[in-house]
Amino acid sequence: MMTKEHELLRETVRHFSEKEIKPFAREIDETEGFRSEIFKKIGELGLLGVTVPSQYGGGDMDVLGATIVMEEFGRVCASTALSYLAHSILCVHNLHANGNEFQKKKYLPDLCSGKKLGAMGMTEPGYGSDAIGLETKAIKEGKFYHLTGRKMFITNGTVAQTFVIYARTGKEREVSSFIVEKDFPGFSVGKKLSKLGMRGSPTSELILEDCRVPEENLLGKLHQGLPQMKKTLDVERITISGISLGIAQAALEDSLAYAKDRKQFKTPIIEFQLVQKMLADMYTWLQAARTLTYEAARLSATGKPLSAMASACKVFSAEIATQASLHAIQILGGYGYCKDYNVERYLRDAKLMEIGAGTSEVQRIIIAKELSKLGLH
Amino acid sequence: MLSFQLTDEQQSLLSMVQKFCVSEIDPVIGSFEEKEEFSKIIFKKMAELSLMGMMTPETYSGAGLDFSTYALVLEEISFHSLAVAVSLAVTGLPQNIIGTFGNEEQKQKYLMLLAQGKKLGAFSLTEPQSGSDSAALKTKAIREGNYYILNGTKCFVTNAGEADIYLVLARTSEDKKKGISAFIVEKDMAGFMFGKKEHKMALQCSPTMELIFKDCKVPKENLVGKEGEGFAIAMRALDSGRITIAASAVGLARRAFEEAKNYSKIRVQFGKPISQFQAIQTMLSEMAMTIEASRLLVQKAAFLRDQKMPYSKEASMAKTLASDTAMKVTTDAVQVFGGNGYCQDYPVERLMREAKVLQIVEGTNQIQRMIIAKEILQ
Repeated sequence: MMTKEHELLRETVRHFSEKEIKPFAREIDETEGFRSEIFKKIGELGLLGVTVPSQYGGGDMDVLGATIVMEEFGRVCASTALSYLAHSILCVHNLHANGNEFQKKKYLPDLCSGKKLGAMGMTEPGYGSDAIGLETKAIKEGKFYHLTGRKMFITNGTVAQTFVIYARTGKEREVSSFIVEKDFPGFSVGKKLSKLGMRGSPTSELILEDCRVPEENLLGKLHQGLPQMKKTLDVERITISGISLGIAQAALEDSLAYAKDRKQFKTPIIEFQLVQKMLADMYTWLQAARTLTYEAARLSATGKPLSAMASACKVFSAEIATQASLHAIQILGGYGYCKDYNVERYLRDAKLMEIGAGTSEVQRIIIAKELSKLGLH
Repeated sequence: MLSFQLTDEQQSLLSMVQKFCVSEIDPVIGSFEEKEEFSKIIFKKMAELSLMGMMTPETYSGAGLDFSTYALVLEEISFHSLAVAVSLAVTGLPQNIIGTFGNEEQKQKYLMLLAQGKKLGAFSLTEPQSGSDSAALKTKAIREGNYYILNGTKCFVTNAGEADIYLVLARTSEDKKKGISAFIVEKDMAGFMFGKKEHKMALQCSPTMELIFKDCKVPKENLVGKEGEGFAIAMRALDSGRITIAASAVGLARRAFEEAKNYSKIRVQFGKPISQFQAIQTMLSEMAMTIEASRLLVQKAAFLRDQKMPYSKEASMAKTLASDTAMKVTTDAVQVFGGNGYCQDYPVERLMREAKVLQIVEGTNQIQRMIIAKEILQ
């Protein structure tokens, strides 16, 4: 349910984003310049642990609240929103959902204040869609787990200090998660990847070479990494949809402003049916995606099966974000193709939404599997 | 009878072009892209192979190919580099115009040099305020004695800065369409300057710039056709240009398809190559189907042009279908590659960025649909 509190949150984050992020968005993209000071300021706003209780320094918001924050960040700078998601959901929310009291007290306050930045490592070079096939091993020796393997496409890889890492602790489905600090021996960060979009959100490999992780940093229960991961991923898929919504919103806003202003054949182009169709489709998609996403967020609070809805809003929002960005470039024509306008960036950023947090193909598999198992519910 | 068979000459030409692309474009084009530098050396070598004036008659130092063959060659080059194909197609535009509408003197003076590749050509119609509504252009050409004096700003000019010879549309009277004339402007004519260089989403080694004319003195002999014929000339040239863009789109889409197909056979997830999954198979078969359909439409438009039959509708259809196909195919190719496809270590994200321009240039696909509708409703 959208409450007064949510509306106030949106207002606050919109104001903050316009003032503190938007002016730098183009530069962040062009220079691949992650700006840590923005995260400090988000910390001052109390949003770095948006879903975490205030006793750990969190924002005490629900999944809908987190989605709204993503949406507002995504509207001005998707790179910032993505790094924020990796931190606040993949790491912080995960740590809170699965950690014990000792771990929460040790790690959450610094992560919530912005003193430290978080990330999560699951994907490996050979295991993307087939994530649970991961090969990184954790072997217990005395009071330490020794982690060995490579992690790929890690958002915030080069800038984070605290990582949640998934590794194999036994047979096929026996996977566990660990809290790994950047300066643990045997931990290193590989090369930063140069990407189509989301260029202001650093992505890299992580290399674990006999990395020594204290046994108390096992997150959650031994061998329970996969069910834990699944829960976090449902929340990730709902909240990341917020980024897609933000991009689609920005694409529509920019298109609308341009179409009203730009005259061809002595007529503002918004008066041409060709342009009207594109704008109307963008609007319809956006409203449908937003409603679907908020409904999934609402469902997440009920404890009912969530995966199909989480994947449904994720795949739909991602695909309409790409389509809306393509339309926006088309409406702006030659200008849309140039970097003086933002819409070409929206497209480059939006495409990631169809790949990250499970590709659209994987989302559809998840939806079909849950429908097959539970029926329509 | 219709034939889908290439002639022996076409086959040997295409195999020569393919070898050229593999040995002279593939190894170096990436570094030109990175440096955002025009690949002069490639164009010099294409000139040696008589590829710079493919459509120009042999009497004017061209290769005298028909349009169908020209389209096939552009497709092949675009498979290797859209930037090169686009610059090549653009230097063909003034050749097409001067060859069709120019007088003998202009052909001797400019067409031969362009066809030989000793000079590079460009075409300039668009202005900041007149894109789709191209006839609303404001650049003025006022006759004074033996000169036309040009004043105004043009934008989104491909090959600008690198080209020596510019076919420029400017206004000689107030009548919207019949007040436009075509001029040949040389790079170093007084009063002709380059404005801002555009930073584009892709095609960094194909320069796009503004042209600024400040009392630029163009000799009256450089008027192509008669005063007032410029818009008709430009529209005729764009009809041909649309086929070249369509052919380039097919080449680009084919490249993305090949990359995706090959990757899907090597990439293993869940214990098997991803090409074994229906979700991937659907994407690949859609790619193959739509590329094939686009290619046939391009060839049909080129065929009609070669037969001197009306081809404007088919050119617009080919341009629209092929560029929409290229956009979809390249976007899906990134999807097939997943996270790798999003990274610049693999080529498909670049193909996707490149494809978008094809839906905009030579008349946006919205304008194409208006042209098609006008033709079919006539």
